[in-house]
Amino acid sequence: MRQFWKSGDPFVWLTGGALALSLVMVAWLVVQVMVNGLGFFWPSPVVRLTLTDGEILLGQITEREAIPTPGAPAGTAVHHRVQIKVGNRDLYGADFVWVDEAKIAKRETPAEAILIQRLEWGNLYGTIKAVKDGGHVVAEGPEAGWAAVQERLPETLRVSREAERIEKKEIGAINTAQERIRLRLRRLELQGVANGTEVESLQREMATLQAKYLEHEAALKALRQGLISSVVVAAAGGKEKDLPLAQIVRAYFPNTLGLLGKARFYLAKLWEFTADDPRESNTEGGIFPAIFGTVMMVMIMSLMVTPLGVLAAFFLREYAKQGPFVSAVRIAVNNLAGVPSIVFGVFAVGFFIYFIGGGIDRLFFPEALPTPTFGTGGILWASLTLALLTVPVVIVATEEGLAAIPGGMREASLALGATKFETTWRVVLPAVMPSILTGLILAMARAAGEVAPLMITGVVKLAPALPVDGFFPFLHLERKFMHLGFHIYDVGFQSPNVDAARPMVYSTAFLLLLVVLVLNLAAIVIRNQLRKKYAATAF
Amino acid sequence: MLDLLTNPLTKPKVRHDNGVVRARGGPDAQAPTILDPMIQVKDVNLKYGAKQALFDVNLDIPGKKATAFIGPSGCGKTTLLRCLNRLNDLIDNVTITGAIRVHGVDIYAPQVDVSELRKRVGMVFQKSNPFPKSIFDNVAYGPRIFGTRNSRVDQIVETSLRSAALWDEVKDRLHESGLGLSGGQQQRLCIARALAVEPEVLLMDEPCSALDPIATGKIEELIHSLKTQYTIVIVTHNMQQAARVSDYTGFFLMGEMVEFDETSKIFTNPRDRRTEDYITGRFG
Repeated sequence: MRQFWKSGDPFVWLTGGALALSLVMVAWLVVQVMVNGLGFFWPSPVVRLTLTDGEILLGQITEREAIPTPGAPAGTAVHHRVQIKVGNRDLYGADFVWVDEAKIAKRETPAEAILIQRLEWGNLYGTIKAVKDGGHVVAEGPEAGWAAVQERLPETLRVSREAERIEKKEIGAINTAQERIRLRLRRLELQGVANGTEVESLQREMATLQAKYLEHEAALKALRQGLISSVVVAAAGGKEKDLPLAQIVRAYFPNTLGLLGKARFYLAKLWEFTADDPRESNTEGGIFPAIFGTVMMVMIMSLMVTPLGVLAAFFLREYAKQGPFVSAVRIAVNNLAGVPSIVFGVFAVGFFIYFIGGGIDRLFFPEALPTPTFGTGGILWASLTLALLTVPVVIVATEEGLAAIPGGMREASLALGATKFETTWRVVLPAVMPSILTGLILAMARAAGEVAPLMITGVVKLAPALPVDGFFPFLHLERKFMHLGFHIYDVGFQSPNVDAARPMVYSTAFLLLLVVLVLNLAAIVIRNQLRKKYAATAF
Repeated sequence: MLDLLTNPLTKPKVRHDNGVVRARGGPDAQAPTILDPMIQVKDVNLKYGAKQALFDVNLDIPGKKATAFIGPSGCGKTTLLRCLNRLNDLIDNVTITGAIRVHGVDIYAPQVDVSELRKRVGMVFQKSNPFPKSIFDNVAYGPRIFGTRNSRVDQIVETSLRSAALWDEVKDRLHESGLGLSGGQQQRLCIARALAVEPEVLLMDEPCSALDPIATGKIEELIHSLKTQYTIVIVTHNMQQAARVSDYTGFFLMGEMVEFDETSKIFTNPRDRRTEDYITGRFG
């Protein structure tokens, strides 16, 4: 036994075990997130359940669990219940129902069961009863009805797209222009100019825009009135729904889909999830604005934190006289990394948003007041908060890199007649670049996952517009934005329809992991290239 | 000179007396008088904080000759060398009194441009320290700092590498990293880098201490050829090396310059007892 302890093996086992345990836990988490997040989009069959009391349910089975029976003697048979997504929220009120398996008399997967994803009210389950054009029935029964629907859907889709384009692009542009004129008028008013040529020309412009707007509005109305087709769907339980075709996002028969069809459907859903805007208070549709917001915020943060942290580290290591004061600063910087992020958030609200942002508003945007421009949360302030939060990481990493550069390199440069600045710029900075990127990688990983300070500095549940768009000045740093981390919180815990939203938590979490991974990989690739270029291993 | 190489302690047959007038007088005669010295060190005292490292050093270094500083570790020879291009400025708490003149100009005078001084007084370090850049960029570093046109940089790089006897070995891989060279090549690269700014004086701080005998031989050969154009000051622990490469030698002990004379005199007929003890290996 003593021999065993002396051999050193136990320590190897202990350390190896600790590593293995950590890896297993992380791997389990990632696999869990991946399976649940990616599995959610795979189309499951629609089942028709006939219950013992004669009630009929049509929907997809989403979960199965044992019924808890507290106090039951050991050995009692365990009963299960299933959760069914029955949809048809507008008809019956609830999206999901729980059914005890013991009460199910019959299970079928009817081929004619159709699943319609709608723009509003979630999924519709049922069978096609008829198709109408402006109230006149043109086809009846599931087969003829489906043929009629397929015939009319492309045209409906085209018109809907056109309407959307007019709404977003044309009317959006008019709205922006009108808002701009309103602000200019307001500015003139603040300057005491109530009339005059300028005011008149602005008012004329406003009137032209208004006329244009009415034109587009009329065109839109005409387009929409052209959409007269609707489909009547018979839901389980006897009710019917007359659904305009323009409301349909996607309609399909889950029980007749082959493997290829399912795969195609899966990819389409996945694409929708990553590239579309959210619908139905974030329980449906995609999360593209959140991905965009997260990446953009991390980028802005990187742009701000890198110069700040690097300059600070250079001063501490290259210029400052080493002594108790610098040591104290160094300790303070290290400790700053441990301050809870919400503290930074509160500070940012007080200092950045109310003080600086408010000041900017009073100086540069007085015409918009009392509506704040920069004096409210926005992507700029959120990024700045995170930059502040992560600056210690960059400082520490850069400082360690600077300390690792051999003194001989600096002396060699100085001995050639280079000044201190030339030495720093041409020799030290390139050599410390990999360390700076290491710091940046850590900073980005932390920033991408941070939620608490963002909630009070500019992240919202649903942002009406991206921070980048086609209207001057194209980059709108004052805008509120969406963020994957906050989206997880919102969808998982603040959603009005928790059961429908829960799978989105996994998918969103998976996407967040992916975004962090991609950002980090990009930085690591750059760092390795720099390392190769400036390898200082020979010292 | 050939004799010196084979046996450093024998008296050379040919005496070089260029520019040197032996001090007349009795046995108390000290250093030789050097006409038109390149570097004059006058009453230099240096303190690192409270610790004094140099005591009243007086020394005239002749131009276009190799001068060696020898002495045991910690005797102040490297410290003095680093005073000559003001590299000691980088260390906190250094106080220097006395005067050091290069070409008659006091280099510690406030109006002196340190960059210009270091350009004229180049340095090669104990440990080869090429930048983590290509061979070409290493040599071009100095000229580029001083704003030399790119068209001329190519030529300077080639001349410098030729002067450092490295050109033939690296001409086909100028754009590979300087860190990929062998130790001896790296040291010659550093010499080429120092030569590229066209200095007048080249300070060498134990340039061969980390090299094998073959690489050392090459550097010594190089010093021989360089001293026709440059003033070389070399610090070395290796007395044979001092005897082989230098024309003048200064012996340092505990911060004092004990003796300075022609190398042949120092090694054959030292005036001071301590010098004799050191070169005969009684201590150090």
